[in-house]
Amino acid sequence: MAQPHRLPQGGRVDRATPIRFSFDGRTIEGFAGDTVASALLANGVHLVGRSFKYHRPRGILTHGSDEPSALLQVDRGPGKIDPNNRATVVEARNGLTTSSQNRWPSLAFDVGAVNDLLSSVFVAGFYYKTFMWPRSFWDKVYEPVIRAAAGLGVAPQVADPDAYANRHAHCDVLIVGAGPAGLAAALAAAKSGKRVILADEQPEFGGSLLHDTTATIDGQSAEAWRIAAIEELDGYETVTLLPRTTAFGYYNHNHVALTERVTDHRETPAKGAPRERLWQVRAGEVVLATGSHERPLVFADNDRPGVMLAESVRVFINRYGVAPGRRIVFVTSGASAYAAAADAKAAGLEVVMVDLRPERDCGPEAADLRLKGVEVLTGQTVIETKGRKRVAGLVVAPCANGTVGDRRVIACDCVGMSGGWTPAVHLFSQSRGKLAYDEGRDAFLPGVSAQAERSVGAAAGLYDLATCLTSGYAAGAAAAGVAGGRAFAASQTPTGFTPVRDLPTDANPAKVRAFVDFQNDVTAKDLKLAMREGFESIEHVKRYTTTGMATDQGKTSNMNALGIVSKALGRPLPAIGTTTFRPPYTPVTFGALVGPARDALFDPIRTTPIHEWAAEHGAAFENVALWRRAWHFARPGEDMHAAVDRECRAVREGVGIFDASTLGKIEVVGPDAAEFMNRMYVNPWTKLGVGRCRYGLMLKEDGYILDDGVVARMAEDRFHVTTTTGGAPRVMNHMEDYLQTEWPDLDVFLTSTTEQWAVIAVQGPRARDVIAPLVSGIDLSNEAFPHMSVREGAICGAPCRLFRVSFTGDLGFEINVPADYGRAVWEAVFAAGEPYGITPYGTEAMHVLRAEKGYIIVGQETDGTVTPDDVGLAGMIAKAKKDFVGKRSLARPDVVAAGRKQLVGLATETAALVLDEGAQIVADPGEPIPMTMLGHVTSSYFSANCGRSIALALVADGRALMGRTLHVTTPAGFAAATVCDPVFFDSEGGRIHA
Amino acid sequence: MLDRSLVARRDRPLGAAPTSNDRARVAPAPAGVRLSLRVRGAEGLSSLGLGLAINRMSAEGERFSARLGPDEWLLGAGEAELETLEGEIAAALGDRFRSVVDVSHRNVAVEIAGPDAASALNAGCPLDLSDAAFPAGSATRTLLGKAEIVLLRPTAEPLYRVECWRSFATYVHGFLVEAARTA
Repeated sequence: MAQPHRLPQGGRVDRATPIRFSFDGRTIEGFAGDTVASALLANGVHLVGRSFKYHRPRGILTHGSDEPSALLQVDRGPGKIDPNNRATVVEARNGLTTSSQNRWPSLAFDVGAVNDLLSSVFVAGFYYKTFMWPRSFWDKVYEPVIRAAAGLGVAPQVADPDAYANRHAHCDVLIVGAGPAGLAAALAAAKSGKRVILADEQPEFGGSLLHDTTATIDGQSAEAWRIAAIEELDGYETVTLLPRTTAFGYYNHNHVALTERVTDHRETPAKGAPRERLWQVRAGEVVLATGSHERPLVFADNDRPGVMLAESVRVFINRYGVAPGRRIVFVTSGASAYAAAADAKAAGLEVVMVDLRPERDCGPEAADLRLKGVEVLTGQTVIETKGRKRVAGLVVAPCANGTVGDRRVIACDCVGMSGGWTPAVHLFSQSRGKLAYDEGRDAFLPGVSAQAERSVGAAAGLYDLATCLTSGYAAGAAAAGVAGGRAFAASQTPTGFTPVRDLPTDANPAKVRAFVDFQNDVTAKDLKLAMREGFESIEHVKRYTTTGMATDQGKTSNMNALGIVSKALGRPLPAIGTTTFRPPYTPVTFGALVGPARDALFDPIRTTPIHEWAAEHGAAFENVALWRRAWHFARPGEDMHAAVDRECRAVREGVGIFDASTLGKIEVVGPDAAEFMNRMYVNPWTKLGVGRCRYGLMLKEDGYILDDGVVARMAEDRFHVTTTTGGAPRVMNHMEDYLQTEWPDLDVFLTSTTEQWAVIAVQGPRARDVIAPLVSGIDLSNEAFPHMSVREGAICGAPCRLFRVSFTGDLGFEINVPADYGRAVWEAVFAAGEPYGITPYGTEAMHVLRAEKGYIIVGQETDGTVTPDDVGLAGMIAKAKKDFVGKRSLARPDVVAAGRKQLVGLATETAALVLDEGAQIVADPGEPIPMTMLGHVTSSYFSANCGRSIALALVADGRALMGRTLHVTTPAGFAAATVCDPVFFDSEGGRIHA
Repeated sequence: MLDRSLVARRDRPLGAAPTSNDRARVAPAPAGVRLSLRVRGAEGLSSLGLGLAINRMSAEGERFSARLGPDEWLLGAGEAELETLEGEIAAALGDRFRSVVDVSHRNVAVEIAGPDAASALNAGCPLDLSDAAFPAGSATRTLLGKAEIVLLRPTAEPLYRVECWRSFATYVHGFLVEAARTA
């Protein structure tokens, strides 16, 4: 019979809409509105998992997001699989495939359960004590074994095909939790007309009202009140209602992160709809109505399937119409479980109530329940549970003043336990608010707020329904800044409990396995052992025993653990303190955190206007910062080296074309522009004529090279500055920083023009011949337009700034045209160059060509510790300038000291040997280790134009070592190389002026 | 004499067609003139939007002026209006020191319009885009995901103009299309 444990009536499930899903290969039938947990229980399935450490059979402990045991792998289709879903949270629907975790070969027969038999070995701190020696075992044996055994569930194997959305939102009042207190707060806040967001992790708003079927509010049923409240809220344009949305992180400035589960519950989601949406809400005020968690009781084998929280038994009966057992024993130390027992009795189930409190401490609830015909035992303790993979009995005994009387076995198939309530203060704690221990409620309650925030209802330790409503309403009004409160009349809630820690027992304490943290498999015995071993700080106990850690964050276990530690140490609870609650409150998918930032949207990929042309012409690309640059243009059958050799020769022998658009560009404008440049760069700028260019070198305050680039003077008050590709944002910020904070008196403005201009470098002896037919308004002759000058004119009818500059050492031009004209001009130049064999070249050939000339690249020859003199550029420094950024640092003792590394060339003895960049250099390869390292190779290439390898290196006192043979590390040993001038090609430099 | 066949055409980085999501329609905007104007002490002038408050804009047809900071305006005009606009700046500011830089090819604009446009923008823009906080005539430099943008809301219509640098246009456009789809 399908769903044998579905009650004949009741519950919020839609009995007209049956659904089915699979669990461990078995088909489970349920109804729309079920969770996976409620559907499993309806089918009598209690054993749903194996515990983390001991592989003990585990069932369903709770009905919500505090579930520590019923963690399932959920498969929603190809790639849509994730582990550790709480069965009590996952909405059951057609098409789900669920399975238990941490078991092999099957859930019923799990080999790993041998760990349970060895439990006396796996005590607290087991790893720390055991896996210490021999040290060599760690990498090869211990770590692999621990890694294989660790964790629950299986990580997905393929990329997640789902879409995830992100949303920033602002509101005046954010209310977390839509139970009675949250709903009342929302009603009050909404009236103000301010923007309100109400979020709740459940599919339906109402919290406890969803299962409190007998409660009344203001003379109507709680359900009628709930429906009216939601209708009213829905009527406000200013109110955003977010069901299925968990607030998981509370950060600074009332920045709260929430995940909305948009489509997981839908069999056929709308096309393109995201699976989840991450909300990042900045709220003026926050109202935390997050409710509370019921505490388990700590007694032997309290983790047996069928043992659950008392209120959860009530929820399964009332909200899902499911009997978690036919004969249920409730064990409690407080009043709330009596409501659960009464509802179970009303549902036609057999009920026994066991109260740990002596008769005199019980309220009227005990007599009321007896009147309903339920046996109520008071003054009891629980010794243990009976059964194996499902509870079959509860062993209880009278207990007074620590003396345990005769045992009695109560046969049962379900236990509902209640050790009292713990307010869910996780978000409050994350907000950095101070918790205060309240002895009357035996709980840490929100104390001093650190942010604009209020806790209400059960989250503030207020459990009575009318009080929840009143406190919620008052907080909602106050958060919205409006006056007014209102009283609510509501049915009375049975509240109050006597705190108990681990229950008294007459069993051998060494044999008792009474679980405190069900998810992390921590027992009361583990905590006491940690104490005996000297761990007294609760933070240390947490890390040593793992209690309250991981995804669970101590929701059900925190107060029991603290209470046991407090009792064992003989110190009051406030002296023990509590551990810090960390985000996320419940696990968050990686997808939600990543959002749309995948594939093409992972990072902006910056491409130039000429990128498509390069791609069409066979370019391989390399990443330079966010840019993608053409690396080389290998032809079919050519490898990279052959391509680079060909490209390098073409530039020296004919003409090459290169996309330099990524160079950073800054327009420096104003009457004080030259003065500003004087202060920013080491070079002098005052006398640079309009139409002339200069290589500029920029230092940081510490005197080390920050950036370099050619600067053109377009007018008396206007400079066209270029920077390195990767340095563009850094240089712009550096300049703006000085301009705004140090020299606000200078009349200068900076504008980034990096992307305004496409830059086409035409380099080589035929460069002038190629561009001449395309250029108008500029005399290209050597006399009229010498090296290091700039002219404005037109190319192909497009306005251009034409630079006569060269990073190759050959005749060269850099054509700057407005970016949208870049490709058309490039194509025109390429066509005009074809008679000359024009060759597109990439960044690799560019690097080789400049190295042949000994030109440095910032970030390659420099590493943030290199001065102008180190790279032989001291001559650039304007001697007459009073100051410039970094000037004083150039006089520091260590900067002027002898022995600094200096830029030199290296010629290997074996001409074909290309050294490794970064390779270390020594004088004597026979020196014992540690050897004296003189420096390192900074750039190294094979140069087709030189017919041999070339290398640049930074070597201590390098310029004094010309002609000396040094030795460079290679993978095959040391290679001899001669120190030489860093200019390998055309050392007279005549070609550039051709 | 320049061969007319060699006269350069203008290629915009986004050839993409508008997306058809009615609630948040994303469309690349046509090319236009953009000038970055920097000037101090010009707030008293009324022309060219110089009198605007910071983070406010005025717009008429293709012409707009957005004050992005104490001394910074982004001026927009139709593609053929560069000289006209430069002339107006000269007329308005006379000899006053200023910086005028043509960024027409640096900036690329994408428009997003429709009832979900603000929500879609909020996929990557952390600002409050409600009518109260970001009303008609708002303009600001901000972020969209990992790209810096200038966000303009010329009118009360739910139509926003996102201006970014040219090489970020593909990312920004793709981000908005995805955001419109999942808003």
